[in-house]
Amino acid sequence: MTTVALKPATMAQALTRALRDALAADPSVHVMGEDVGTLGGVFRVTDGLAKEFGEDRCTDTPLAEAGILGTAVGMAMYGLRPVVEMQFDAFAYPAFEQLASHVAKMRNRTRGKMPLPITVRIPYGGGIGGVEHHSDSSEAYYMATPGLHVVTPATVADAYGLLRAAIASDDPVVFLEPKRLYWSKDSWNPDDPPAVEPIGRAVVRRTGRSATLITYGPSVPVCLEAAEAARAEGWDLEVVDLRSLVPFDDETVCASVRRTGRAVVVHESNGFGGPGGEIAARITERCFHHLEAPVLRVAGFDVPYPPPMLERHHLPGVDRILDAVARLQWEAES
Amino acid sequence: MTVMEQRGAYRPSPPPAWQPRTDPAPLLPDAEPYRVLGTEAAAKADPELLRRLYGQLVLGRRYNTQATALTKQGRLAVYPSSTGQEACEVAAALALEDRDWLFPSYRDTLAAVARGVDPVQALTLLRGDWHTGYDPYEHRVAPLSTPLATQLPHAVGLAHAARLKGDDVVALAMVGDGGTSEGDFHEALNFAAVWQAPVVFLVQNNGFAISVPLAKQTAAPSLAHKAVGYGMPGRLVDGNDAAAVHEVLTDAVRHARAGGGPTLIEAVTYRIDAHTNADDATRYRGDAEVETWRAHDPVRLLERELTGRGLLDEDAVAAVREDAEAMAARLRERMNQDPALDPMDLFAHVYAEPTGQLREQQELLRAELAAEAEEGAAR
Repeated sequence: MTTVALKPATMAQALTRALRDALAADPSVHVMGEDVGTLGGVFRVTDGLAKEFGEDRCTDTPLAEAGILGTAVGMAMYGLRPVVEMQFDAFAYPAFEQLASHVAKMRNRTRGKMPLPITVRIPYGGGIGGVEHHSDSSEAYYMATPGLHVVTPATVADAYGLLRAAIASDDPVVFLEPKRLYWSKDSWNPDDPPAVEPIGRAVVRRTGRSATLITYGPSVPVCLEAAEAARAEGWDLEVVDLRSLVPFDDETVCASVRRTGRAVVVHESNGFGGPGGEIAARITERCFHHLEAPVLRVAGFDVPYPPPMLERHHLPGVDRILDAVARLQWEAES
Repeated sequence: MTVMEQRGAYRPSPPPAWQPRTDPAPLLPDAEPYRVLGTEAAAKADPELLRRLYGQLVLGRRYNTQATALTKQGRLAVYPSSTGQEACEVAAALALEDRDWLFPSYRDTLAAVARGVDPVQALTLLRGDWHTGYDPYEHRVAPLSTPLATQLPHAVGLAHAARLKGDDVVALAMVGDGGTSEGDFHEALNFAAVWQAPVVFLVQNNGFAISVPLAKQTAAPSLAHKAVGYGMPGRLVDGNDAAAVHEVLTDAVRHARAGGGPTLIEAVTYRIDAHTNADDATRYRGDAEVETWRAHDPVRLLERELTGRGLLDEDAVAAVREDAEAMAARLRERMNQDPALDPMDLFAHVYAEPTGQLREQQELLRAELAAEAEEGAAR
């Protein structure tokens, strides 16, 4: 029996490793963005890449997000595979026109002749005490834009596997990195990084029989914590980590809800017009006769992202999730 | 003793050295638009090239009038005409080598056609049977860009990528005067200059952004002057002088190919037609102004030069016009055919593989089409 040398790694390190392996495996991969070269990115996700692969492969660009993504489009047209870093969620907005009008549409506009294999990495979400414009959950904008894949990891292993899959994809992928999980740790074998996960498959993180918590990215650990706490109340909660918002894995979600009969969608993004509304509608359309209660949402309030000293009141926490679970019409059972 | 004296006297030192990073003088455009036709420079121009430009101008003018006519017959949804701007359109196509790339705006259908794109495929966007009707890789012509100036960073990225791969490819990006106010114009020029990317930016200053005149668009001395702020040369050229535009573009392309970096060219021209067939130009400009520019027409300018120097006789003019009429007749005939439409194409190219929800929607539409067909058969 061989012993596998497991070592602790953070999500940020797993992302760095994914970029490094992708750069080494494919000469058409180019990393570009603000401060990604010499500094290694403000979250150090591109640490060491410029040194190892040269500044032509890991490039410090001028400070202009539309220009970064717009030039990445041209590079992809010429056969490169750009991996763009947007420094923060709210700093990605200037690039939205390039994303919505060109990145998302070019394959369609050209009848498939000009696909754009671009990965747009965006650190997103709150919980790190960031001041204004550093904590947005912008996934709903991207989900509402046909032509994009929208992916977000919640574990160290998925950070590696999903980023490799995103870079390998021939479609553009918005890769949302939960900022507050950058320093989350897990053990892995650095000589044998986890297999590349296919994009579009959700995963059951915790099995349970009473109700399903459907979540993704930064809210996955919160939901797992809530599920543990729920045991004291006699609820055995299942937790589904979506991993990919587009494509959406109806199969895994519906299989779980059909088993449990109850569902709560949990995310940091604002509730109104947020992903939870779409997810609740899909469940209702597909699993109505299995539902014992309406699908509920636990989401960020419909307010501009709060200042850091108030953000804990905004973010879905264990108590708010358990309160929602308590409202799932259990009285019918007794 | 003062506090300062206690701490030791403050010794002023000279500020850290500063010097301009680039000498701006060589980047500045000429005071007047560069002209060839009607000047001494015309004698040095290659007669073959002039005749070729002339033939293309006549074809281009006829293409514009034919496409405009097709809008009136309902065969095109809309046509943003480049009538009056044919010298820029044609010269842009002719200044490039086969391996180079053209990044046109929505008004540059003619440049795409002059570069070899099928005239009907070039009109797909404006007929409305799809967005881009041609394969961009066939003639290295990017899709016509409807959003303003967004194609410019694409040109920069493509040129940069080509250089990284060791290919001596140049990208020529076209934009209008209104487009120079967009953020993407600024970002593209800045990236191009920082990366020294082999790109040429051709601004056709045709006087108006739909209805808004240049005076309300910019306070710059000229659009070409904007180049200086980015550290690239700016050139000002008479956009109705095909020989001049061709020469300036060819120089800039050569400069970029040799590793000299990008150039911004402002071609001063005029949009003779309204913005599109849906626009009423009489609301924002007078006939007298239009007549002044009609007198400076690019086709007539070149024709006068060629005939004046005995490089073009009546037979040659007639032959060129005959070619143009034949082209227009073929275009009419092909555009009068209804395009083949398959509604299921809606789902064909959203992703490499359709998502689950697209497959469901595909089935919905398929059922609707089957029901429609059944109804049609019953009637």
